Amino acid sequence: MLTPIPMLTRSVRLHERNSPFPERVCSVASSDFATGLKCKLCGKVYPKSPINFCTDDFGPLEVVYDYAGIREVLHRDKIEARPRTMWRYRELLPIDGEPTVGPQVGCTPLIRADRLADAIGVERLWIKNDAVNFPTLSFKDRVVSVALSKAREFGFRTVGCASTGNLANSVAANAAQAGLEAYIFVPSDLEKAKILNTSVYGAKVIGVHGTYDEVNRLCTQVAFKYNWGFVNINLRPFYAEGSKTMGYEIAEDLGWRFPQHVVVPMAGGSLVGKIYKAFEELHTVGLVNEKPRTKMYGAQATGCNPITDCVKSNRDRHKPIRKPNTICKSLAIGDPADGYFSAQLIKNTGGWAEDVNDDEIVENMLLLARTEGIFAETAGGVTLAVARKLIEQGRIPRDEEIVLCITGNGLKTQDCVAEAVDRPAVIKPNLDAFNEIYDGVKEAVLV
Amino acid sequence: MAIKVQIPTPMREQAGGNADVLVEGATVTAVLADLVAKHPALGPKLFDNGKLRPYVNVFVNDEDIRFLDDMDTAVKDGETVALIPAVAGG
Repeated sequence: MLTPIPMLTRSVRLHERNSPFPERVCSVASSDFATGLKCKLCGKVYPKSPINFCTDDFGPLEVVYDYAGIREVLHRDKIEARPRTMWRYRELLPIDGEPTVGPQVGCTPLIRADRLADAIGVERLWIKNDAVNFPTLSFKDRVVSVALSKAREFGFRTVGCASTGNLANSVAANAAQAGLEAYIFVPSDLEKAKILNTSVYGAKVIGVHGTYDEVNRLCTQVAFKYNWGFVNINLRPFYAEGSKTMGYEIAEDLGWRFPQHVVVPMAGGSLVGKIYKAFEELHTVGLVNEKPRTKMYGAQATGCNPITDCVKSNRDRHKPIRKPNTICKSLAIGDPADGYFSAQLIKNTGGWAEDVNDDEIVENMLLLARTEGIFAETAGGVTLAVARKLIEQGRIPRDEEIVLCITGNGLKTQDCVAEAVDRPAVIKPNLDAFNEIYDGVKEAVLV
Repeated sequence: MAIKVQIPTPMREQAGGNADVLVEGATVTAVLADLVAKHPALGPKLFDNGKLRPYVNVFVNDEDIRFLDDMDTAVKDGETVALIPAVAGG
């Protein structure tokens, strides 16, 4: 019998003594160029602190940078010489000193998807594949590594989040690596795989009877009561900045230029805006000469479509969805925090938004898997299905360059496609048995 | 008997340091008007040109008033109205 291993003491000091970061990663760090936080509504400026809204009007806060300073020190060759992780863009992220969580996150493949392009009738198609992001197979590792690095800077020992699944996995895993205690709040009807993939890291998982928005409200109240670092509440301005790295990587991997069209799944509505912000910043700091003219497109499931409905109905503000009803639980946020800003951005860039039903989601998960060998979660099916819809509508021209953002891995949402794929044949271990199936003489016994 | 309004931490300075304030009123509009009458410094935090600010969510007994009758939502004695900042999640 194995001797039980005592639980590791969750101590920040453990990490300070024995940094998990290789020297080469630490060498990426430089002086901090994030100068503060600014209200997106009234412009009031705040010092960098764990706060997510303006105390005057409750508007969202965004990180402010010294772009002139960044322009002086950050050049293409400097970035290209660094390790292929998201920290190669460190000057454009809001970390003071060394990043301390998630040293290997990011720099996922940008894949030229020619077989899928042929299948859907377009000329140049790319897939940004965050289904293989490290360590938890979704784009959330980007935001969490920034948020938890920041949590440690602020001295938090306990962190948490409200999540539809992918964020739960990422906070739990990265908190374990960082030696932080984690409380994860999720809707109790979440996919089993996403709950298991959170509990396994030792996080305390609280399943809440209710929608994501009800979980989110509870977490906001918990955040006020306890002095914890909630990545998507009081650490949200810093957390959201991690999403920009997806945009930096797309531009760099295209040869320091911007694509014409980017299709992005939307839950809270932050990612679509941060990718575009990344493009704008690359131009501002002189890393890409031309201004971004990329049209941004948002994708949602019809069963939870507050942002696409806002765009299509030309409303100023989104109408919240009380009870989301879709197999795409990772996008099931009925009252998205960035609903207003994402809808505005989509319209301002000349893009559009669409939503698709559950059958279309499954069909397009399979199409992506069978043309490009990428098993994306349900949100990937949403993104591809919406892209096809927009192409059919003529909103995305077939002869222009398109990037699809795949943000999560299909291994987490297997149940959604289980009924749509052939089950394996079971045969006796001899050649005749196989020949019978291969020749179509005898139908396989299905398991 | 009165209605309890839960005040989020960032508004408590304008509410005399209280986490809860007891008020009167038959609708959300009336409840918030009484709240502002008792603590006038909360007025500009909650309202802009007479309209509730877009990033303040109001819940009556844990239900978002946007799914009820919005500012006309009825409130009874003994019920709880919670004010919660909207910028969270995602």
